[in-house]
Amino acid sequence: MTSEIQTKTSFLHDPSNPNLRFLEEVSAHTAGVSRLEMCIQCGTCGGSCPPAADMDHTPRMLFAMIRAGFREEALSSNTPWICVSCYHCVVRCPQGVHIADVMYTLKSMAIRAKLYQDSTAPDFSRSFVDNIEKYGRSYEFGLATRHYLKHFPLRLPGMAPMGFGMLTKQRMDIMPHKIDNIDQLQAILERAKEVEGLS
Amino acid sequence: MNDKYLYYPGCSMESSAKAYSESLAAICEPIGLHLEEINDWNCCGATEYIGISLTPAYSLITRNLALASLQADGTRTVVAPCSACYLNLAKADYYMQERPILGENVNTALAAGGLHYDPGSLFIRHLLDVIINDIGLDKVKSKVVRPLTGLRVAPYLGCMVPRPDYEHRWSNPEYPNELDRLLKTLGAEVIDFPLKTHCCGGHMTQIGPNTAFELIRRLVSSADQYRAEVMVTLGPMCQMNIDAYQGEMNRHFHTDYRMPIIFFTQLMGLAFGLNAKQLGFGRELVGTREMLQRIGVEAPEPIEAVPAHKPRMKEGLPMPRMPGDEEVN
Repeated sequence: MTSEIQTKTSFLHDPSNPNLRFLEEVSAHTAGVSRLEMCIQCGTCGGSCPPAADMDHTPRMLFAMIRAGFREEALSSNTPWICVSCYHCVVRCPQGVHIADVMYTLKSMAIRAKLYQDSTAPDFSRSFVDNIEKYGRSYEFGLATRHYLKHFPLRLPGMAPMGFGMLTKQRMDIMPHKIDNIDQLQAILERAKEVEGLS
Repeated sequence: MNDKYLYYPGCSMESSAKAYSESLAAICEPIGLHLEEINDWNCCGATEYIGISLTPAYSLITRNLALASLQADGTRTVVAPCSACYLNLAKADYYMQERPILGENVNTALAAGGLHYDPGSLFIRHLLDVIINDIGLDKVKSKVVRPLTGLRVAPYLGCMVPRPDYEHRWSNPEYPNELDRLLKTLGAEVIDFPLKTHCCGGHMTQIGPNTAFELIRRLVSSADQYRAEVMVTLGPMCQMNIDAYQGEMNRHFHTDYRMPIIFFTQLMGLAFGLNAKQLGFGRELVGTREMLQRIGVEAPEPIEAVPAHKPRMKEGLPMPRMPGDEEVN
């Protein structure tokens, strides 16, 4: 399958077409084989998307922008941040594009390029990941307090009954849990960042 | 033949989804399910780490699979009860095979911790898949002593278990019938819930509440229109969004839904005659007292006594309301 795609997409490696470099870059940073270049612009993705109404661009439009080399516009779009990873588009896409995973790629590229203006979602991911790197487990109480105080202070009064309920029903721990072999995990993540070219 | 399963609980099972964890522990013995927890497992990164960087995110996930391989001892199946954990583990295994460079990079990173994982060497499966396809509905049926006759339930799977389903384990990625069949076996009246695999908003309750509230409203109002008495789910995040954020969603839309949502393992436990407290009932924020009474089960005392306080007046003055008002839009 992979080799077939590579043959079909050899035009991607044509150095005389600079616009395609962005598409290549997106594919290179996606977990599986993105198949992004196979998109036929049918719009099934946008039509299947539950939060499409809140997006700057439908996925179809975003993919057209990526292929046209609209790097800055694509990376400042709120679309990947509104994506809820429901995979409706993925199972319906007639071309098998890994749409949800491309959205994750665009998020990470937008963070690195500092192009997405609203910091709410990137901050949330960052805090979540900081806790994992420190403890090896997610730490909901620390994450929630830090996140809501910074980004949604006005939501706090309305959320108090919920937070209180989660605590009294022992569904949220005040202290974080740390895995035993945190050193091993940190060494793995350190090496992974080197491989990724992040450190 | 070793009949144990390697078990990856995931962080939520120890916190927000304790009821899932407690009820699963209670039903394992009756259905003969042997789970062996992966030693020193770590968080799968949920939907957050993959949005930051690729190799670190997949190395984090795959450390768990590498640890599981060390414990395999004849078994090759890893079971996850949480939707996001299941999908992350399954995707890591699948993508490392689909794109070998990812596998090489991840194994380079794992080597820094003395670990290694061969993609494809383990089967990653969701708990419901194992119960339906390995344990079997006949076995489940044979343990039912308190059929849930007359209880109208809405089966709600959410997104990440039936989709993208690269391994084709489910009957349909958008309208699977596995959960329906299980609940029918327990004697419940299962509604044909059209939104059974629609999204609850995932992490949007944290970062884009208005987007999330709309998705939660769609689910709860649909279940309500079908006169479901309880929604039944299999994912900690789905449960938390619909249970814990239902109040905030109600305030946002000026609605008054009270749709309880519980885990399918809790309902299995009830049908097996176990007591409600042991199954984690009482931890939900939208109460299940009425639903439990329907099948003649005494609701447990609240987990921790909440200090009594004077009932507060609802926001604003009482206004006339027509039945069905909340169903507009």
